[in-house]
Amino acid sequence: MNINWFKYSSPQTFFPLIPKLVPWFGTAAAILCAAGLYISFFIAPTDAQQGEAYRIIFIHVPAAWLSMFIYVMMAFWAGAGLVFNTRLSGMWASALAPTGALMTFIALWTGSFWGKPTWGTWWVWDARLTSELILLFLYFGFMALQAAIDDPRRADKAGAVLALTGVVNIPIIYFSVQWWNTLHQGSSVSMKSAPTMAMTMFAGMMVMALGFWMYSIAASLLRVRSIILERERRSDWVAQYMRTLK
Amino acid sequence: MNWASWNDFFRMGGYALYVWGSYGVTLALIAAEIVLLIQRRRKVIAYLRLIHDNANEVMQ
Repeated sequence: MNINWFKYSSPQTFFPLIPKLVPWFGTAAAILCAAGLYISFFIAPTDAQQGEAYRIIFIHVPAAWLSMFIYVMMAFWAGAGLVFNTRLSGMWASALAPTGALMTFIALWTGSFWGKPTWGTWWVWDARLTSELILLFLYFGFMALQAAIDDPRRADKAGAVLALTGVVNIPIIYFSVQWWNTLHQGSSVSMKSAPTMAMTMFAGMMVMALGFWMYSIAASLLRVRSIILERERRSDWVAQYMRTLK
Repeated sequence: MNWASWNDFFRMGGYALYVWGSYGVTLALIAAEIVLLIQRRRKVIAYLRLIHDNANEVMQ
């Protein structure tokens, strides 16, 4: 079988798919987040040590996972753009950055609001917190660098170098709780053993994580849709598309 | 059921500021992102309408 891997790497062929994909991911996000919130507040029991304060976990951990995962996807597309010189790759990297920055900010914000009642401080220069803050600056740096360069193709290349260099921070965030014994707790969930929390708490966290994931896909699809039109504005196919809108 | 009443639910066992401060800001930011996405779409469509309409006039 002969698969053309590059068929949907062209903005023109991918563009018509977007309005078909967004409702699926958007609906999935809404259903999963509604179910996740229900589990988080009404099924998951009160924590024996932290009382109700622990319920922040249901957005904190999903946002933190997504902040790292979106960065890896952004660097992947940026790198693919450098290697294959495909136009859509750079557009994907640009489209993922703001949603990744949003997830990073949510992880930091909710972490701060969780740290105050449990650790007694809003912020501390702990290894996990500091490396996650660096992740936020990497997203901001990527967006600022791209915004500062007028030619989008050059902006893609410069951004790709920054994004790929910053990937080194991802394992640092992930392993920071093992490498440095500072304030942030170790992971409650790992590939090797059963989660060290009640099953309903774990379920709430996973359903919320899936919901955040689907939301991130829907938001990035909507953003890449605008980016394609902005960058391809002079092309014939966009002119044709505009006639179909009237 | 974890809560005896709605009031109990909103009190969050005394952690209302922290729990609702987290959920509230998260919800507000996601809502803001959706608004920005819609605005960006409208802006590019309005711009494209402008340039393509002008192009048609020049041709006629």
